Amino acid sequence: MLSSTADHLYWMARSMERAENTARMLDVTYRMSLLKQTVAEPHHEWRAMLSISGLHEDFEARYDEPSADNVMHFMALDEKNPGSIYNSIFSARENARAIRGAITSEMWEALNHTWLEMRQIHAEGIAEDGVSPFFEWVKERSHLSRGIAHGTLLRDDTFRFLRLGTFLERADNTARILDVKYHILLPSLSDVGGAADYYQWGALLRSVSGFESYRKVYRDLITPTRVAELLILRPDMPRSLTACMNEVNRLVQEINGPRSSELVRRCGLLSGELRYGSIDGIFARGLHEYLSDFLERIYELGDLINTTYFWSTDELPPALFGALPPAALSFNMPSSSQLMA
Amino acid sequence: MKPAYDEMLDPAGQVRPSYQGFASWLDSTTPEFIARKREEADLAFHRVGITFAVYGEEAGKERLIPFDIVPRIIPAVEWKRVEAGLRQRVKALNAFLHDIYHGQEILKAGRIPAAQVLNNSQYRAEMAGVDVPGQTYAHIAGVDLVRADHGDKSGEYFVLEDNLRTPSGVSYMLEDRKMMMRLFPDLFARMAVAPVEHYPDLLLDNLRSVAPAGVLNPNVVLLTPGQFNSAYFEHAFLAQQMGIELVEGNDLFVRDNTVFMRTTQGPQRVDVIYRRIDDDFLDPLAFRKDSVLGVPGIFSAYRAGRVTLANAIGTGIADDKAMYIHVPEMIRFYCGEEPILSNVPTWELAKPDDRKYVLEHLAELVVKEVHGSGGYGMLVGPTSSKEEIEAFRAKILAAPETYIAQPTLALSTCPTYVDSGVAPRHIDLRPYVLSGKEITMVPGGLTRVALKEGSLVVNSSQGGGTKDTWVLEN
Repeated sequence: MLSSTADHLYWMARSMERAENTARMLDVTYRMSLLKQTVAEPHHEWRAMLSISGLHEDFEARYDEPSADNVMHFMALDEKNPGSIYNSIFSARENARAIRGAITSEMWEALNHTWLEMRQIHAEGIAEDGVSPFFEWVKERSHLSRGIAHGTLLRDDTFRFLRLGTFLERADNTARILDVKYHILLPSLSDVGGAADYYQWGALLRSVSGFESYRKVYRDLITPTRVAELLILRPDMPRSLTACMNEVNRLVQEINGPRSSELVRRCGLLSGELRYGSIDGIFARGLHEYLSDFLERIYELGDLINTTYFWSTDELPPALFGALPPAALSFNMPSSSQLMA
Repeated sequence: MKPAYDEMLDPAGQVRPSYQGFASWLDSTTPEFIARKREEADLAFHRVGITFAVYGEEAGKERLIPFDIVPRIIPAVEWKRVEAGLRQRVKALNAFLHDIYHGQEILKAGRIPAAQVLNNSQYRAEMAGVDVPGQTYAHIAGVDLVRADHGDKSGEYFVLEDNLRTPSGVSYMLEDRKMMMRLFPDLFARMAVAPVEHYPDLLLDNLRSVAPAGVLNPNVVLLTPGQFNSAYFEHAFLAQQMGIELVEGNDLFVRDNTVFMRTTQGPQRVDVIYRRIDDDFLDPLAFRKDSVLGVPGIFSAYRAGRVTLANAIGTGIADDKAMYIHVPEMIRFYCGEEPILSNVPTWELAKPDDRKYVLEHLAELVVKEVHGSGGYGMLVGPTSSKEEIEAFRAKILAAPETYIAQPTLALSTCPTYVDSGVAPRHIDLRPYVLSGKEITMVPGGLTRVALKEGSLVVNSSQGGGTKDTWVLEN
């Protein structure tokens, strides 16, 4: 497959997955903010939302206070925010447009339709009672594109690069959401139990579609440790770090290629550590430290995917390479990690 | 001026035989049904994203090319003659291109003034002596035909121009047919319409047939300037339909006079490039140095016969408007035959007598830039204001040799849905002629329609629309 095609497929999937995850994060924050009793500081959860995405500086430069309205507008509709849902959908559509010959027409039409509707929503704005339906819409459109990919694409590298983008982005987002929510919800590890806790953890689980799964797996009270275990270590939980990394690990082995040995090695290592990890071990090290390290490694994997498959600079004559910075030629979005830096 | 030749109705207002099936079907429908179908077509085109980018004023915007549901119908016998004429013409044009880059026999024989060829900016001296597979240069030709009453001939086909560089529009031909079959399946059950859907197969076969010698299983790619090009949709569409890679300049690189594409599995050799980039931008080492669209070194690989470019470099000399007047002579010289399709009478403003005549009759004529295309930079005398004509006169006087003029042909009309109902609108026809081991084409081509009342300019960039084109099989 052409390197540039693979690049677009990967970013198309990442962007759509990011739109979905941003909607999920906003949704949980919105729900949590309705449960006022646990929060002392005003706009506490919205501030946290901004720090999840590493976009607080951009936000502060253009908005006054991190109120629900402001943050939701910034994260959902703001065309100047590269990480907004609006821009994620734009990027998914533009990447698809660049390779519409490589994907099925159903896929392109669905993404194009999503973008046309997004533009409409952007023009009309979102009313108070439209907030939840909007998040639902984003999730449904993301489910739809994934479903169409599943139902219509040949199982070749096209499909694999799409999946690679999906799972790498999802791993990144699950780690972020867990990291931030965990620290908001848990000033100290002993502070467990109580009705408010139940609702807060329930909202977190729902944001990753994990509420019912938790019930099925644990058949017991919702405890922070188990939530972390579910979202990090359970291989059967489709948004857990282990599930995502298992998928990434399988994909890079299947795609393979002449330059991929280092990528295959690092993915195997990370997925092996997750597979044989224990939640006690993770807490002993410190959850935040563990997740920060995980995010760093995901970021490095993204870099390595770039050099392994997409921009093999070794074949480019130096003069040409100087004249054509790869970033100027595609619609890639900066990753969240780059935005944080 | 008497009304133009109408494709559907004869001068007495009777439906022509070719349209009788369609007309009786139309009578059996209700206006509401047609309105609903037209809306459906609009929605579907938007959803599929069949759009083109507009240059200039609204740069960056995407626009839908209007689609009209009344087909342009060509009787079988009429098409047979047109097809024979197209084959003859394209064969002669390819022979001409080979000749002027080799022995230049036609110039030696004095049939075309040598200076007009050799001093033409479209003549690529770099191509002299370069052998291309099968001596084929114009692998894909989009020959624009118009139909008009002229002299004593009724509904005569004229060649307006030969597009031999990177003719576009074929995707609309294919999408228009798909749309008509989706909207009105019953119509196709009633009438024997020749299929066009196999065009991508013919094109791929054609491209494979001109691979460099010794390549058994050629890797064919389509080279596009990228998604901001107005025809990008078509590039992507054709690549997908043929199942070949759509590449941009930076996907390719040249090493050891061989072209490779950069893939996730490492470099892969490329044998045939269907390029939709103009000569000038193809190779910054050989042509425009500032081009970022091309591939450095590709011209050298091409000269060495290691890769085939379709169309070849240097075809622009043969579809140049100054060369157009000589095509009938090329047909006589290379084929030993009289031309089947007529040229539109043309005045060259480089010639003093012609110039004098044209400047005196600007209000009646169409004046075009020799190197212009896409309906930009032209004057349609009868529909222009006095001021516009005077402004254009000044442009002509500044550089007369860069213009030609033709009589304003009353292009044939075809009934078309417009705001006020159904009304006749002027149309043209662009068949796509493929040359490789042999010459092939699908019946018909793209019919473009000028949607503004009285307008003779059918270009999509100037508000033109398209229609499905039916060649009847009986």
